[in-house]
Amino acid sequence: MTTATATPSALRGAVESPWVGFVLRRLRRLLVSLWVLVTAAFFMIHLIPGDPVRASLGATAPQELVEARREALGLNDPLWQQYTDYLRNLLTGDWGSSMTTDVAVSQIIADRLPATVEIAAYAFVVIMLVALPVGVLMAALTRGGRGRRTELAFTSSSVVVAAIPDFLLAVGLVYTFGVSLGWVPVAGKSTVESYILPVLALALGPMAVLARIVRVEMLTVLDADYIRTARAKRLPARWIYLRHALPNAITTTLTVGGLLLGGLVAGTVLVENVLAWPGLGSTIVSSILSKDYPVVQGIVLVYGVGVLVINLVVDVALALLDPRSAIRES
Amino acid sequence: MQVFTGVERPESLSRWRSGVRGRRWAAGLGRWGQALRSPLGLVAATLLGLVLLLAIVGPILWGERADAIDTNALSQGSSSEHWLGTDSLGRDIFYRVLVATRLSVALALLATAIGVAAGVLLGAAPWLLGRRAGRFAVATINVAVAFPALLLVLFFAVIFGVGIRGAVLAVGLGMAPYYARVTSTLVAGVSGRDFVAAARTVGLGRTRILLRHILPNIGEPLIVNATLGAGGALLAFAGLSFLGLGVQAPSYDWGLLLNEGLNGIYVSPAGALAPGVTIVLAGLAFNLTGEVVAKKVGLRTANVRTAYSPVPPATGDEAPAAGRPDPSPVLEVEDLHVTVTGPAGPVTPVRGVSFAIGRGEAVGLVGESGSGKSLTALAVAQLIEAPGRVDARRLEFQGTDLVHTRGRAKGIGRLLGTSLGVVFQDPTTSLNPTMRIGRQLGEVVRRHLGKGWGEARARAVDRLRAARVPAPERRAHQYPHEFSGGMRQRAMIAMAMMGDPALIVADEPTTALDVTVQRQVLRLLQEIRAENHVAVLLISHDITVVGQVCDRVLVMYAGRVVEDLPSSELRTAARHPYTRALLAAVPGMKADRDRPLTIIPGRPVDPAHFPPGCAFADRCPLADDHCRAVDPALTDDGSGRRVACWHAGEPLPVVTEEDSVGVGEAS
Repeated sequence: MTTATATPSALRGAVESPWVGFVLRRLRRLLVSLWVLVTAAFFMIHLIPGDPVRASLGATAPQELVEARREALGLNDPLWQQYTDYLRNLLTGDWGSSMTTDVAVSQIIADRLPATVEIAAYAFVVIMLVALPVGVLMAALTRGGRGRRTELAFTSSSVVVAAIPDFLLAVGLVYTFGVSLGWVPVAGKSTVESYILPVLALALGPMAVLARIVRVEMLTVLDADYIRTARAKRLPARWIYLRHALPNAITTTLTVGGLLLGGLVAGTVLVENVLAWPGLGSTIVSSILSKDYPVVQGIVLVYGVGVLVINLVVDVALALLDPRSAIRES
Repeated sequence: MQVFTGVERPESLSRWRSGVRGRRWAAGLGRWGQALRSPLGLVAATLLGLVLLLAIVGPILWGERADAIDTNALSQGSSSEHWLGTDSLGRDIFYRVLVATRLSVALALLATAIGVAAGVLLGAAPWLLGRRAGRFAVATINVAVAFPALLLVLFFAVIFGVGIRGAVLAVGLGMAPYYARVTSTLVAGVSGRDFVAAARTVGLGRTRILLRHILPNIGEPLIVNATLGAGGALLAFAGLSFLGLGVQAPSYDWGLLLNEGLNGIYVSPAGALAPGVTIVLAGLAFNLTGEVVAKKVGLRTANVRTAYSPVPPATGDEAPAAGRPDPSPVLEVEDLHVTVTGPAGPVTPVRGVSFAIGRGEAVGLVGESGSGKSLTALAVAQLIEAPGRVDARRLEFQGTDLVHTRGRAKGIGRLLGTSLGVVFQDPTTSLNPTMRIGRQLGEVVRRHLGKGWGEARARAVDRLRAARVPAPERRAHQYPHEFSGGMRQRAMIAMAMMGDPALIVADEPTTALDVTVQRQVLRLLQEIRAENHVAVLLISHDITVVGQVCDRVLVMYAGRVVEDLPSSELRTAARHPYTRALLAAVPGMKADRDRPLTIIPGRPVDPAHFPPGCAFADRCPLADDHCRAVDPALTDDGSGRRVACWHAGEPLPVVTEEDSVGVGEAS
């Protein structure tokens, strides 16, 4: 927000190509965030009070083993050297190996990541496919004080669903569809049906939140002057809703959608543990419990990068949809 | 979670100086009380009270029973003895859930306190540390906020280790970036205020100002956010304990009970469901309370209800429009009523308007704000939306009845879409910001004439050219925000001409533009009218504009037409005192600049309370008792001029200078 102090030439440059500035700003932010993330992951082990290796191997482990492991991890080197080693190893793909099983961390991630990405991606698709039409429909039905009962039913049910955290939803779903009805497997990843519970557990809450936001956003947009202009052109209602109103409501929707997607990453951790889903989430928890720090470090990095990439994609999509948002931000 | 950053409304200097902080806190508490007295607030407060009560008395009352091991009933379902069944050691789940309240709530509150404290420190850092360090702090917060809280919690859980201490710190610090963001927003909002500036001039240090003047002012929104956050902390903690990273046996909270219950969900579902439901209810208690208070304190959204009752029967007290220049007018309006929803129920700001517009004729509709002129225009264009309502004895466009079909019939949409163009007041808001101009214009052709986008685009470029938009091919490719105000209005006019309009309704088309552009747009309207033989209904509050552009002028007052005369006779033959007052209020080049501007004394009539007699009587120098008792009808003098006044054309009393300096507004 420094437009007031911008020099004329800078202003002209921004007008000529707002995209260059936008891309540069975004890249800088991404790089800073990445650096913070990597540094935090590095220091995680060093911030643990006491000797992490001793904590990991247990009080009864022989001192020689602890020493050998410390040496292997490079923990006896000076801190700055450890840091540069860590960065170099990250870039060359050497993410260390598990302290309990000796399997390479990169291998563990490669094994576990797809299952997590799958349910998160499916959940996101389900959220968008349901929340957008429902939100638009609810806006159409409850406009101008109409459909008071529909509004009440929609608002209260979406509030209740959104208030239940995903892992409790998962427990409820397991009980209802797995235990009581026996329609779907209760845990694990096997058949197509086994995807239903994790995807639903992840999707229901965000779906309710997003549908509410779409409705409110649509109601605001439908009161705008340009909608009156569109009505003056006597376009059919569906045309007005989809071509004139929806694109103007999509900016906020997408922003919130991006936040929800970031939240989905966190949601997978808990849901995977409820449903014994063989993804990163169940791995990171068992690794924290067994104090397998290199694995935790690696998975934290993967989650962090995932969130950063999602944020970047959302920002770029927003800028493409609404060119003013990219310029305005400078 | 809802971000609530509603800083209180302007806090004046005197308020803090006179040391009424205590009273203000009392007022704040009063508002909380008020908020919690609503039905939803009552539910939230009751629920929260119950949770807190359980947290206090639970372990005292049932602590022993919850730990009692019943070896005869291991992992049982619900029975008369154990209402929700037992766990694998034969302990009663119902009592365990009740007793677990204390630990669950206490840990959540502790974590919230840590989170708020750390967040406030971090968030106030930019204020305390000055610019450079402050920017670094803000950047750090921004990076941290980008990551989901649960990831931060997992990160801290690694550092602090598994167990209660680690989990509390983890949840607390995981929340800190959020509160830091809230705090820095609030501080930024408050630090610009007068009383902070005053404190700085007095020479107080930054820390002192922060503690004495800023924090007390952001305290309330922070507490509201903390209440919301406590619900989140409760859920986060339950999640951690459920994962086995939080509370460890033999202690237990709801999350751990859920973890134990889930293993036995086939045998005793209640073991998993009961703690689950309790977590949701407790979380809801905090969240609801926070949100109810947040709404009350911050977001005072006026919720205007839209109900309306039947319109009173139309009173045909106007003479039918006469003196039409054309035997088949483009538009005929008889006894038009428009009802809309006001703040206190339905009102009828347009009550019995009749007029006709001939082919190619330009008619101006003038009046003050609230006279009903714009609603008349919208009603003519069929753009009044429910719950607003249009009634008329007759409303015909091009010989087609509009009032009884209400645009529902298929042909009507096409007729209006192609033959009736509308130009709105503010071109900045009336064009869709997400659509290219060419596409917005082309839609009409595409929809109503069944042409492809290619032809629609060609027509759009042609019409832009007709509206004197330079480089129309390039312009059609652009978005509205790339147009200047005057160009946008030209694009709107081009849009009104996309079909083959017989009438263009222009609702204050120049009000939002600056003066030089106003003239260009008016001239354009005149030229278009002459070139295409299209009729124009021009709505304006500026009687001189209307006089210059139009053939005929309709003067509206309080929802009625009070005078209808050719604009050439406006200066010489206006007979209604209101018309004459409007003309007198226009400053001329020869006006004596030492004298105050002439104004019309009094205020326009409130549409909710129309007087029984002439609505203008209260502001009229000619008014007598008859005027106040009986409403004059709009009567035709036989030459096509119409007027609604008992004293039409009578000379006005000489207005002295003192009389003209009074309350009221020139239009």
